[in-house]
Amino acid sequence: MGKVKIRQDFQQARWNEPIIYEMSTPGVRGILIPAAEEEIKSKAGDVWQLLPANMRRKTPANLPELSQKHVLMHYLHLAQETMGSNIGNDISEGTCTMKYNPRVNEELVAHEKFAELHPCQDLDTVQGILEIYYRFEQIMKEVSGMDRVTFQPGGGNHAVYTAASVVRAYWEEKGQLDQRNEVITTIFSHPCDAATPATAGFKIITLYPDKDGFPDIEALKAAVSERTAAIFMTNPEDIGLYNPRVDEFVKIVHDAGALCFYDQANANAFLGVARAREAGFDMCHFNVHKTFGAPHGCSGPANGAFCCTADLAKYLPVPTVEYDGAKYYLDYDRPHSIGKVRDFMGTAGVVLRAYAWTMMLGADGLRECADVSVINNNYLEKKLLTIKGLSEAFAGNGYRRQEQVRYTWEELTEETGVTTDDINSRIVDYGIPHYWTSHHPWEIPEPMTLEPCETYSKDDLDEYYEVLSQIAKEAYENPELVKTAPHRAASHRRNDEASLDDPEKWATTWRAYLRKTGKK
Amino acid sequence: MSKVVYPYIPNSEPAVKEQMLKEIGIESVEDIFKEIPKRLRFKGKLNIPEPFLSEYELRRHVEGLLKKNVSCKDYLNFLGAGTWQHYVPAVCDTIISRDEFLTAYVGDAYGDHGKFQALFETASMIGELVGMDMVNTPTYDWANAIAISCRMAARMNGRKEVLVVGTISPGRLSVVQNYCKPDIRVELIDFHVDTGLMDLEDLEARISDKTSAVYIENPSYLGFIELQGEEIARITHNAGAELIVGVDPSSLGIIAPPSDYGADIVCGELQPFGIHMQWGGGLAGFIATRDEERYVAEYPSLLFGLTTTVAEGEYGFGEVFYERTSYASREKGKDFIGTCAALYGIAAGVYMALIGPQGLKELSEGIMQRVQYAIELLSQIKGIYVPVIKSPCFKEFVVDFEGTGKTVREINRELLSRQIFGGKDISQEFPVYGNSALYCITEVHTKEDIKKLALALEEILK
Repeated sequence: MGKVKIRQDFQQARWNEPIIYEMSTPGVRGILIPAAEEEIKSKAGDVWQLLPANMRRKTPANLPELSQKHVLMHYLHLAQETMGSNIGNDISEGTCTMKYNPRVNEELVAHEKFAELHPCQDLDTVQGILEIYYRFEQIMKEVSGMDRVTFQPGGGNHAVYTAASVVRAYWEEKGQLDQRNEVITTIFSHPCDAATPATAGFKIITLYPDKDGFPDIEALKAAVSERTAAIFMTNPEDIGLYNPRVDEFVKIVHDAGALCFYDQANANAFLGVARAREAGFDMCHFNVHKTFGAPHGCSGPANGAFCCTADLAKYLPVPTVEYDGAKYYLDYDRPHSIGKVRDFMGTAGVVLRAYAWTMMLGADGLRECADVSVINNNYLEKKLLTIKGLSEAFAGNGYRRQEQVRYTWEELTEETGVTTDDINSRIVDYGIPHYWTSHHPWEIPEPMTLEPCETYSKDDLDEYYEVLSQIAKEAYENPELVKTAPHRAASHRRNDEASLDDPEKWATTWRAYLRKTGKK
Repeated sequence: MSKVVYPYIPNSEPAVKEQMLKEIGIESVEDIFKEIPKRLRFKGKLNIPEPFLSEYELRRHVEGLLKKNVSCKDYLNFLGAGTWQHYVPAVCDTIISRDEFLTAYVGDAYGDHGKFQALFETASMIGELVGMDMVNTPTYDWANAIAISCRMAARMNGRKEVLVVGTISPGRLSVVQNYCKPDIRVELIDFHVDTGLMDLEDLEARISDKTSAVYIENPSYLGFIELQGEEIARITHNAGAELIVGVDPSSLGIIAPPSDYGADIVCGELQPFGIHMQWGGGLAGFIATRDEERYVAEYPSLLFGLTTTVAEGEYGFGEVFYERTSYASREKGKDFIGTCAALYGIAAGVYMALIGPQGLKELSEGIMQRVQYAIELLSQIKGIYVPVIKSPCFKEFVVDFEGTGKTVREINRELLSRQIFGGKDISQEFPVYGNSALYCITEVHTKEDIKKLALALEEILK
C-alpha cells in the first residue's frame, strides 16, 4: 500500500503562454518543404500562370513564423497546461471511463505498416488491418451478443446517430416512416440519445425517472404507440443505477412493433456480466475509445462500434469487412445500406488500439474490469457519502450503484453558497482533473459524476476522498477560497463569462479577437 | 477471485480487492451485481481468444498481423482520393503523442488551458487560410463537415434543397445524403466532362428560391481547380442561397481562399496537415464562416473562445455559445455533437505553425509543379491519354487508359507487382471518364519516383 497524500502544494505549469501569433518573427522557418528538382521546375514552368488572376492567392496566408524549437516549445508548454488522464487521478470524468491508455498501443499505431496505409490500397496489401477489423468484430459480437458490428462511426454519438439512421431505413423500407416518427429516450440517457434521432428526423419523447431514479415504466406504457419507431436508452444510466426491468421496457416497445437501441456508453459496468442480447435489444453500441482503453485525445479521434442483430445487418454502413476463408475483403454490395456515415473505414487507429487492449486482457480480464470498476465505485461511494454537504441522486433508494455515481453538493451549496462549479474549479488546485458534473439539464442539483474505473488504485480512491473532504471543509470554513478557485491551475478563473455568449465579444480565432478588441 | 494480477488493473491484486470488499461491507462483487436480475445475466465466460498477458507477447502478436500489410513506405504510392500521403513532421508526432494531449478529454479551460489554447490557435490559423473569422473545433472528417454545413444553411434560410457539384467525392456524397435525408433534397449539378467545371447553365436552370445552398469543391475530387468561383457565388447569392466551398487546405498556398470568391461557408479536411493516413482513419474536418450570429447560432460543434481571467493580462478560454449544442440542449440543440477529432486538430495546428506562410506557398507550388511534370511524362506513353480534364489541377489528375487495351484494374495489378500503388480506379465512380484512374502526387514524390511510375507504365503497356 502506498501512502495517501494530498498534493497540498501542487502547482500546474502556468507558462503565461502567448498566442502563437504573438511569437511570430517574419522570415523565420519551422520546417522546410522538399523542393521539386530543377528538371521538374523547368518543365512545369510558373504554375501560378495556370490559374486566372482571380483564383490566385493574393497575399501569403497569415500563418505564424517560428523556428522549429519555438514551435515545439510552445506546444510542449500547452501540453503541460493540460491534465491528461494518464498523468493524473482521473476518477473525475464520470460517464467518460477514463482508463489507462497503454503506451505499447501508441507504438503499434505508430508502426509504419499501419500509419502509412492508404485506404484505397489493393486489398492484398492490407490483409493485416482487415484481419484486425474482422477479429475485433468477432470479439464485439461476443461481448454484445449481437450479430454484426461496424466500426465506421467516428465516436460514440456517431454510432448512436448510425443507429438512428438504421431505424429510419428500417421503417422506410416498411413504408411506415411517416407514421413511425417518434423515438423515446430517458432523461438520464446521454443527450445523444435524444439529439441524434432528432437529427435523423425523429420526434423525441423523454421519460423521466420514478421515485427510485429508474425510468418510469408507466410513462413508457403511456408513450409507446403505433407512432413509436424505437427506444434509445442507456443502462446503467449516468446516475449509476442498473434498471432491473430493462427487459420489460424492451418488451413493451417490441410489443408496440418498434425497435430497441441500447446505448452502452456505460458498458464498463457489465463487461462479461450482462449483454444487449440477453435483454432483448436489436441494436447497441460501444464507445470503443472508452470501454476498450483507447485514449480520448482531447475529444477524439474516437470510435463507435455499432452492433445489431442479423435482421438489421443489411442496413449497416458500407463497406463491411468480410472473410471468405482465405482472404479478408470489403463488401460494398449491400443495397439496403444506409450508405456511409464517415469516409473510408472509420478511425482505424482506435480499432487497432482497442483490439490490442482487449487481447491483453481476454475474457477474464474484461470481466475483471467490470468487477473492479463496481468495487472501486462502491468503495469510493461509501467514503464520499461521509463528507458533510455531499449526497447522491436518489439517496437511500436501496439499490447499489454500479460503475459510477451522480453525487449532489446541494446541501453544501445551501449551507455555504459554494457550488459544484466552484468545487470543480478548486479540485485542479490539488492536481486532479476537473470532474464531470452532469449533462444538461441538471435534474440533480449541483451534480458531480465520478467513475473510478478499474484503472484506479485504492490509493487513488483514498486520495480522491481526501481531496473532496478537504475542499468541503474549505467550503464551510473559508468559502471565498473555493469560490475564487482555481489558484494553482494553468489559468485563473474567467471574469467575464458573459463575453462567451456575446456576439460582439466572442472570438474563436485570433483575427476575430484582434478585430473585436480593436487591436487590429 | 482472479489469479492474474493485471498491470492495467491495480486492484486486481487479490489482497487489495479483499480489503476493499471488506471496507464496503460485502462478501463479493455479486453483492453489487445482484441489481442485475439473473435472467439478464450472461451465463458462462465470453468466448473470445485467449489473451497475450505480457506486453511482449501482445506486441509480437499485433506486429505479426501488421506485418501482413504493405505500406506506402514499402511501395511507391500514387493514391489520393480523400486521404493523401504527405510528409508528417516529427514535431507533429511528438506533440500529439504527449500523454497530456493524448489522454485528456472534456476538462474545463483551467486544468486544460493548453488544450483550449491549442485548438483556438488551430482555428485561428485555419481562419487565415480560408479568410474567415469563425472556425469550429474539428468534425469527424470533411464529409461530415459538408453535411453539417448543408444542415446549417438549411436552418438559416429555411430552404430544403442543396445543389451539389456532380464531381463531388462519392464517399463524401454518401455521407451528405445520409445527413440530409430527413428533409433536405440533395441534387447533383452537371459538369463539363472536358473541363470538369460546373455547368453554369444547369446551375442557373436548377437554382430557385427553394435552394438553400450550393456546394462546390476546390480542388475537386477529380483534382482540377474550379475556376468559376465568382460566377457560382453570384448565381448562388442571386437566388438568396449560401455558397459552401470544400477545400483541401494544402492547396491554399496558391489557390485563392474561398472567401475571395464569395464563399459563405468553407469546410474541408485537415489530414494533409501533419496527420498520418492510417488506412483512412486520420481524418478531421473543419467548418469556417463569417463571425455573424446567424451563422454561429447554427454550428453544432464546440467553439473555443478567447476571454479574460481575474489575473490582469492573462488569456482565458471557454466555450462559446454553449446553449446551441446538444450537450446543453439535447434534441433542441443543433444536430448533435460528440467526441470528434480534436487531437488531429492539434496536429494540424502544429503543422501550420511549422510550415508558416512561405512553407505553405512552397508546398502548394511544389505539388503543382510535380503534377505538371507527371502529366507531361505520362502523356508521352502510348495509349495513355492525359490530361483528361482540361483545367488546371492541383495534386490529383485523371489518367485515361482506354487506348491501352487494358483495364485500370489490370494495370494496377501489374504496377503492384512492381511495388507501385497506381491511381484509384474511377471507372465505376465516374463512368463518363471511361477506363480512368485518379493519380495523386504530393511533395513526397521525387523526380525519380515519377519517372519510375512512367517507366513501369511504359513497360506494362508495351
